[in-house]
Amino acid sequence: MSFLTYLINGISLGSVYALIALGYTMVYGIAKMLNFAHGDVIMVGAFATYTVCSTMGLSPVLGVLVAVVLCTTLGMVIEKIAYKPLRKASSPLAVLITAIGVSYFLQNVALLVFGSNMKSFTSVVPLNSVKLFGGQITISGETIVTIISCIIIMAVLMLFINKTKAGQAMLAVSEDKGAAQLMGINANATITLTFAIGSALAAVAGVLLCSAYPSLTPYTGSMPGIKAFVAAVFGGIGSIPGAFIGGILLGVIENLSKAYISSQLSDAIVFAVLIVVLLVKPTGLLGKNIQEKV
Amino acid sequence: MALLEVKNLSISFGGLRAVDDFNVEIEKGCLYGLIGPNGAGKTTVFNLLTGVYKPNEGFVTLDGENITGKKTIDINKAGIARTFQNIRLFKDLSVIDNVKVGLHNHNGYSTLTGIFRLPKYYKVEKQMTEEAMELLKVFDLDSEAETLAANLPYGKQRKLEIARALATKPKLLLLDEPAAGMNPNETQELMNTIRFVREHFDMTILLIEHDMKLVSGICEKLTVLNFGRILCQGETSEVLNNPEVIKAYLGE
Amino acid sequence: MRQRKLTKTFKSNLITYGMVIAAYVIIQILINTGNISNLLKGLMVPLCTYAILAVSLNLTVGILGELSLGHAGFMCLGAFASAFFSSCMKETSIPPALRFFLAILIGAVVAGIFGVLIGIPVLRLRGDYLAIVTLAFGEIIKNLVNALYVGLDEDGFHFSMKNSMDLNMSDQGRVIINGAQGITGTPKDATFTIGIVLLLITLFIVLNLIYSRDGRAIMSIRDNTIAAESVGINITKYKIMAFSISAALAGVAGVLYAHNLSALTATSKNFGYNMSILFLVFVVLGGIGNIRGSIIAAVVLTLLPELLRGLNDYRMLIYSIVLIAMMLFNWAPKCIEWREKLVSKVKSRRKETKEV
Repeated sequence: MSFLTYLINGISLGSVYALIALGYTMVYGIAKMLNFAHGDVIMVGAFATYTVCSTMGLSPVLGVLVAVVLCTTLGMVIEKIAYKPLRKASSPLAVLITAIGVSYFLQNVALLVFGSNMKSFTSVVPLNSVKLFGGQITISGETIVTIISCIIIMAVLMLFINKTKAGQAMLAVSEDKGAAQLMGINANATITLTFAIGSALAAVAGVLLCSAYPSLTPYTGSMPGIKAFVAAVFGGIGSIPGAFIGGILLGVIENLSKAYISSQLSDAIVFAVLIVVLLVKPTGLLGKNIQEKV
Repeated sequence: MALLEVKNLSISFGGLRAVDDFNVEIEKGCLYGLIGPNGAGKTTVFNLLTGVYKPNEGFVTLDGENITGKKTIDINKAGIARTFQNIRLFKDLSVIDNVKVGLHNHNGYSTLTGIFRLPKYYKVEKQMTEEAMELLKVFDLDSEAETLAANLPYGKQRKLEIARALATKPKLLLLDEPAAGMNPNETQELMNTIRFVREHFDMTILLIEHDMKLVSGICEKLTVLNFGRILCQGETSEVLNNPEVIKAYLGE
Repeated sequence: MRQRKLTKTFKSNLITYGMVIAAYVIIQILINTGNISNLLKGLMVPLCTYAILAVSLNLTVGILGELSLGHAGFMCLGAFASAFFSSCMKETSIPPALRFFLAILIGAVVAGIFGVLIGIPVLRLRGDYLAIVTLAFGEIIKNLVNALYVGLDEDGFHFSMKNSMDLNMSDQGRVIINGAQGITGTPKDATFTIGIVLLLITLFIVLNLIYSRDGRAIMSIRDNTIAAESVGINITKYKIMAFSISAALAGVAGVLYAHNLSALTATSKNFGYNMSILFLVFVVLGGIGNIRGSIIAAVVLTLLPELLRGLNDYRMLIYSIVLIAMMLFNWAPKCIEWREKLVSKVKSRRKETKEV
């Protein structure tokens, strides 16, 4: 029975990874860049909710809303100031390093505003935990809400991309930016929109992550950010269902190895699985294999 | 015996037979043309000959040695060098260094000799420089030896690619659309260069080309590909007057 | 023409060596005249360490053209392997100079061997996939070292991945690697002078490699893999050569790092992916493929937070803003255009004044 508990908690953690990974994968697909600051947007979202709910004592709904609005704006501003000027730079590494600079920047702003002390985050989930099988399994409210929100968000996102004009534009730009522009698609606006959506998802992920693991510091987003990046690569970077599957799998593997093998080595195991997957399938589980034409 | 012998070479991508039952025999010293409409499978033949793709069926022998399905570098060592349709130079290396990479397997010293600058380093490097400059002179590139390859004008980039291929001392040289993007004057000059290369290096050349003036001007024999199959094969003048060939090129 | 080229690279290399030696002499004078704070003095070995790391990573990123985010892992291997050796040998009669020399060799060889072992499977991957796999390897190395216990008693070595009790040693036994507590009591053999010598050796190896037959082969792979293969370059061999030399040199940096501390632990602060990323920042900021630039960037970015110390809490914030601004200034096409215009304007003005 305890296996089931670990599994469900793993899926919950994986749902958070999946939400973050979606942001990574969408931005990668469309702007062909690894946005290393993405993890820190999560932290900003969590701090926004923390300020609204714990410091000001306002309602959690408002807290989440503020986080989403703030992160969305932040994502667009970062893109405009730091990434857009480098989109045509001669090396793709330039924008990668700038993203790292942005990551340092966000961490240090948070450090100045909130200090380095750990804040205890009050969960925004009002649900009580549920007991199943006569109390043998306890599932916390946060776990349930996290899994359900992830599924809903995923479904809405797929609908948005497949059914709306803006979503189709995103697909077109990620396929071939030049051709999309020739068809009259505003690539810049589409890229900005992608950053906005990705950052909004990161805000939600931040709130859910801190509701389940209530310690908040300026570095909170860093490791989940990297893990989500791993999840995105795992599933095939650029693929939205891939990010979802990658995130869930990663969460489950991490939780199960923590429970059954070693909590100290769980990260090593997660990374080892990633390496094995990539060596067998070099573009991830659902990634497209594009060969250079001679 | 012919230098290059290819027997019923075939490859499929998915359901499509990109090259189907390709046969050719090229005698030593011959200037051979491979022509055909776009998408006929000409570059695929080059990729099969140089080991970029592995054939599903068929044999390739070079100078009596079976090179079917071998790796690209081994095929190069066996004696086939090529140029590419979309120029592939080492763009951040100088012109002379591009040629020196071609000379890599013929002039050796160990990694440690290189790092510790032992006498052999200076000796071999000097020798490589001389050889490379000689090759560059043939293509009139010697005055630009220190220029970055990326900064060469288009026509010279094409020439440098040929020079680099020749540096590997091949028995057979494959040229993939050497005149693409050139104006008539440049094409004329290129024709002279190709003839010169054949004489000077005693080289056997197989080339893909769309420019009929070049093809009829320098090729002794032709093979015409259409939809992956050989449409016609033989002496240049015969092939170009073949009604089937004219139909394939000009349509009905 | 050819002669001029040789002297040109020769001159450029001389400037690089000269710059390092000049910096060494100036700092030695400052130290001897007491014009340098203890804090800065303490930074000298780390500066050499980071400069070596930046140069060695540039071999992978700039010369081979492959993105690696696991460089701190190789540094970690070099650090632990050598500190382990030095700790074991501490109580023997081996002279300290010889012990440290052997430690450097061991650090380089261990990191280099892992470079080959990791390189063989992963160098088939390209671009961002390679980046994430190297990052993963770096994290795995750090995690495993953290869970490793090694003890020494009269029966020889004891290993465990659980805890120090699990080593089952006799009473005379000594725990050398103590899990997350790492290695304590490594002899502090690293000095500024040795650091500079190691940096010069690193430069010697990397620069001479680049301007040799093997260096050309490595750069040809970077510029066009398919073409390199077509002229008979063994792609796998040269990729692994560049990657493992780069790893071995990172191992040397690790040796320097470990022998400058009394307690060596593997945390995310010193061997985590954040550090690998920082080394990449040095390389990109200094100019991809520009060896001298790597050293300058490593020194500037290591000193910057210390120079900004007066600004207390704001220093890392300013650091990040400077980093972003420098990246935009160096790489944004519009900035480059603007700079070029400015330069040509200044030049033409100079010409005018000359003519007048």
